[in-house]
Amino acid sequence: LDYQHVQVPFEITLWIMLASLAKIGFHLYNKLPSVVPESCLLIFVGLIMGGIIYGLNDRSPPVMDSDIFFLYLLPPIVLDAGYFMPSRPFFENIGTILLYAVVGTIWNVFGIGFSLYGICQVKAFRLQDVSLLHNLLFGSLIAAVDPVAVLAVFEEIHVNEKLHILVFGESLLNDAVTVVLYKLFRSFCEMPTIKSMDVFAGVGKFFVVGLGGVLVGLSFGFTAAFTTRFTKDIRVIEPLFVFLYSYLSYLTAEMFHLSGIVAIISCAMGMKRYVEANISLKSHTTVKYFMKMWSSVSDTLIFIFLGVSTIGENHEWNWPYICFTVIFCLIWRALGVLVLTFFVNRFHVNTITSKDQFIIAYGGLRGAICFSLVFLLPDFHRKKLFIAATTVVILFTVFIQGMTIRPLVDLLAVKRKRETAPTVGEQIHIRFLDHLLAGIEDISGHWGQYYWKDKLEYFNSKYLQKILLREYDQPKSSIVLLYEKLERKHAIELAQAGQLSHGPAHPSFLCSAFLCSSSDRTVIRDQKLEDTLNPDVLDNIQEILARNLYRIRRTGPAYNRHTLPGDSEPTEHAKEILILRHKSL
Amino acid sequence: VGVPRGSAPVTALLSLAVTSEQIEHLHRRFKQLSQDQLTIRKENFDSIPDLEFNPIRGKIVHAFFDKRNLRQESDGLADEINFEDFLTIMSYFRPIEMNMDEEQLDRFRKEKLKFLFHMYDSDHDGKITLQEYRNVVEELLSGNPHLEKESARSIADGAMMEAASICVGQMGPDQVYEGITFEDFLKMWQGIDIETKMHVRFLNVDTIAHCY
Repeated sequence: LDYQHVQVPFEITLWIMLASLAKIGFHLYNKLPSVVPESCLLIFVGLIMGGIIYGLNDRSPPVMDSDIFFLYLLPPIVLDAGYFMPSRPFFENIGTILLYAVVGTIWNVFGIGFSLYGICQVKAFRLQDVSLLHNLLFGSLIAAVDPVAVLAVFEEIHVNEKLHILVFGESLLNDAVTVVLYKLFRSFCEMPTIKSMDVFAGVGKFFVVGLGGVLVGLSFGFTAAFTTRFTKDIRVIEPLFVFLYSYLSYLTAEMFHLSGIVAIISCAMGMKRYVEANISLKSHTTVKYFMKMWSSVSDTLIFIFLGVSTIGENHEWNWPYICFTVIFCLIWRALGVLVLTFFVNRFHVNTITSKDQFIIAYGGLRGAICFSLVFLLPDFHRKKLFIAATTVVILFTVFIQGMTIRPLVDLLAVKRKRETAPTVGEQIHIRFLDHLLAGIEDISGHWGQYYWKDKLEYFNSKYLQKILLREYDQPKSSIVLLYEKLERKHAIELAQAGQLSHGPAHPSFLCSAFLCSSSDRTVIRDQKLEDTLNPDVLDNIQEILARNLYRIRRTGPAYNRHTLPGDSEPTEHAKEILILRHKSL
Repeated sequence: VGVPRGSAPVTALLSLAVTSEQIEHLHRRFKQLSQDQLTIRKENFDSIPDLEFNPIRGKIVHAFFDKRNLRQESDGLADEINFEDFLTIMSYFRPIEMNMDEEQLDRFRKEKLKFLFHMYDSDHDGKITLQEYRNVVEELLSGNPHLEKESARSIADGAMMEAASICVGQMGPDQVYEGITFEDFLKMWQGIDIETKMHVRFLNVDTIAHCY
């Protein structure tokens, strides 16, 4: 039995297996995920596992190594979040998001730090030796909202898009502030004296960390887009480039002490447009599924480890400190959101309602990032106190806030996500509005949001697209993309129902799809179709679609006699009217 | 400061939450465009360099001279517009105010959508026909040199069909759908909150703090 030889990979695989089996287990019992969010269940499983290990070994179970967390478990989740971030609402609300992320986090850090220091002054609690700096350090790691926890909870409650993007964007971007403050206070702890120069250096460092992260991310993103330009003949490894470049951007940023999360997000957002135009459809699907799979596994592992690490002798249970930490976290978050929203609403037409504000404040969940950061603290005699406080805060936010947020959302009747199918018409209208507003801004001489967006688009089409996109492929407008996507979907539906024809003329798919979407399919079946769908044709659905899509473009929708001039009788009718015609049974 | 006051329509406009600073800014801009004349013609819009790259440039300029937008009883196109008319058009893009009630909001929304409707409906017959819709899509996609003309057409046709299914529901055989009327247009835009989207933030923050 050669266990030593395979120990490490074997144990890793076993943990991942446990995580995945736990996930299956939850979804087998249908009602559970709607009441208790998955993250809670996973922590619970972790607690059980930790208890078992503790019972067997009679010593503390393995604590989640901060390196493993930051280098292996966190990047897939953030990459997934950044890649699939809906860029339009994100950039429309970027001002608010940045305000919450930067100013809000700083407010929370100092608020929590100073109030806890105040608590430490009370003699009865026996906390005199926790200095201000230690409290500020603790504040800096506990104040930040955690993207993993937020994602896990908000994914299930489907609030309206704007609210979702505000909380989520904030949780992703506050990493820059957290990194700077944490490192700053930690270095202050080790320095004998602190001069004001150091404080200013800290402020400057914040800009370096944030902007540096963005730059690193964008450069890797554009390099990735450039690389995919040449991958036409080796489609198989195309998805790999997406992951490699993103991970490299994260590691590079961490290497230079910049914000890795901001880097990987900018990389993903920067490269997405060009990479998607360059890679094949299959590669696109592969990228999507792998990303989702990795982030899901990471997510599960993180919560299980969180549970496991809770058990053990790492804690010093000073209950006053812990309770006040929880209370202050809640109070300062609520205050911060109120004050900041007050400012935001003065500048914005689309105000954030008080219900939304409540959800933003209540959705400030803490998670594994705090946990790892607290383990990274230098060993000083009160470290265990901080570990205990962090654990309780995380468990409180994930369990109590995570479980109650859904009933609260229902109770307060918060505006939910609009569940309608995307339509080509809407895309057209939105695009029209964009250009109209850009034009009006040009005419009125006002350099506003649409003006800059227009300028960016112009720069993009003139320079960036020429370099980063493959030569023969045209950059497609979102209207065209959506139309093609819908066409493909309907074509597949028709093919599956055995109604695809190889005959010369047939109505446009969109035509027939809209006709038969709710009506009886037997009507379509009556048209003159060769009902031969050979098995090998079925296998090659892509080819069918390509052939038939092309045919669609050539013939145009076949309306009845009142067709387009130039196709049949041009003299017949001056005006074009839309007529739908079923072939009679 | 040279702002034409006193004429009745302008004072009525002044009460419509276009603040005096904005009017001054727009007046300065008007003078720039008209080269210190009292009226602007279509050619004056050529002097705006950034507007050239806008795919729907033609429609935007046309909208300024469209008599329906200028709240004049007649129909058709004006040859030239003065500052009053310029302001009227710009007022379609003012942001909503905090203290509007339901009825005002509704009227506000309808006004903006009417402006858009006139832009789509180029032959002024009160309906957006298939050809007009095609025209819009072709213009929007004109920035893509590689796109075939037929694709733009089929996209417009598909969109028209969507509109038909929203507005008329399930159509029977041989049913004719003439074109999108204004009521149908309203239905199509229901999902998009135009009150908050269709505005231009002029100049300063005082947009919200009104002074009337």
